[in-house]
Amino acid sequence: MRVGYYPGCSLQGSGREYSESLFAVAEKCGIVLEEINDWNCCGASAAHTLNHDLSVALPARTLALAEKQGLEQILVPCAACFSRLATAQQELVSSEAMKTKISDYLEMPVQGSARILTVFEFLQEHIFPVADQYIVNKLNHKTACYYGCLLSRPKDLTRLERPEDPMEMEAVMEKAGAEPIDWAFKTECCGAGLSVSRTDIVAKLSAKIVEDAVSRGAESIVVACPMCQMNLDLRRKEINKQMDQGSDIPVMFVTQALGLSMGISADKLGLNRHFVSTGKVVSCVGRKEV
Amino acid sequence: MDNTTTHSGALSLKQEVEQAVGVEVQTCYQCGKCTAGCPLNEEMDLMPNQILRMLQSEYPGYENEILSSTSIWLCLACDTCYSRCPQEVKLPQVMDFLRQESIRRKLVNPKAKNILQFHKAFLAEVERNGKLNELGLTIDYKLHSLNLFQDLQKAPSMLFKGKLGLIPHKVQNTAEIKKLFKKIKG
Repeated sequence: MRVGYYPGCSLQGSGREYSESLFAVAEKCGIVLEEINDWNCCGASAAHTLNHDLSVALPARTLALAEKQGLEQILVPCAACFSRLATAQQELVSSEAMKTKISDYLEMPVQGSARILTVFEFLQEHIFPVADQYIVNKLNHKTACYYGCLLSRPKDLTRLERPEDPMEMEAVMEKAGAEPIDWAFKTECCGAGLSVSRTDIVAKLSAKIVEDAVSRGAESIVVACPMCQMNLDLRRKEINKQMDQGSDIPVMFVTQALGLSMGISADKLGLNRHFVSTGKVVSCVGRKEV
Repeated sequence: MDNTTTHSGALSLKQEVEQAVGVEVQTCYQCGKCTAGCPLNEEMDLMPNQILRMLQSEYPGYENEILSSTSIWLCLACDTCYSRCPQEVKLPQVMDFLRQESIRRKLVNPKAKNILQFHKAFLAEVERNGKLNELGLTIDYKLHSLNLFQDLQKAPSMLFKGKLGLIPHKVQNTAEIKKLFKKIKG
């Protein structure tokens, strides 16, 4: 089965280690990801805030290109991109009028027929069946799996069994030999798109998340969204000011953690690109270089 | 109800919301779960359930009060309210519509101007290149919001860590994206 791939803009910029580690893991497991030719930005919060039609048309262009390429499955690792693509698809599929209107805007046909995979679905369906033979290390430490908003909600898009207390990421971390903790903030919002325009709010919301993870004994926070990663990592100085005691708990992508357990080097997984050092987690692994 | 319409023949804000979003605001029975779960309730001037109540009651002046609130701009579209709503009121979509209407009627709260400016800078960058380049977005936002020095100390380390590209990513034919924007925005 061919697996299409939509990186989205973050994964080419501030979240590039998400893409690097995803590709490293996929390569190890012999899975080829086929990038959608000439994809464009999903429009993110800005489009749905300012113009509804644009918020459907931008993702729809990418969906139309994927259809042209004959891709029946598309992996969208970024939580925000996933939400925008899946929302646009839902609108296209549920209304012929919308489909016609958007096709006219785009000047190309669009059906919205491809299956859009979250990173968890991709890992479960494509990586898990072969993963065990490649896992050589145990990430012996306590970890807090942080989902944030758009990988949890709304449940008709994310298809999680337990949207208030999901366990999909825990399953990955257990495979990687880590010990996921039970905690209260796994689906709370980090402040997302207000990172630049209202940094104060992001610091406040993210501080509650970091504080809860740390107070329950977590030694790392694992994420699957580039916005969550950026807010918890890049904004740590501002976050620490909101906490009684600052914290240097690292924030990794779930694919980086899985890659470490497969013995892929920290360098290749982009673990040197973080603002809060990931050294503690890397050193707790009996790491073997590839 | 005569006081529901702003001027003769025009739809009231409540009617517009219902038509655009496909919700019936009367289905809300004010349980308050949306407000209880909202991560930004402490920052808001109108609570989410209050906005729905105002739409339901349509008391005089409610339209301007909602459209000039900061709440509609602070909403992060995190979907917690919608996920927990026993009546499945699509509050995040209602907020989207209210923001667009607030711009159209020129009622945007001055305290929300940076948030709006960030969204505009974001879309302007997508319109230029078809893709979002964080450097282009940051420069555009700084110039328009005049927050020139904010986060400046973060730029060198982002560059060093390879997180800030200097050469913008673009779609093959940027004219195609510009045309799409023009058709939709008019």
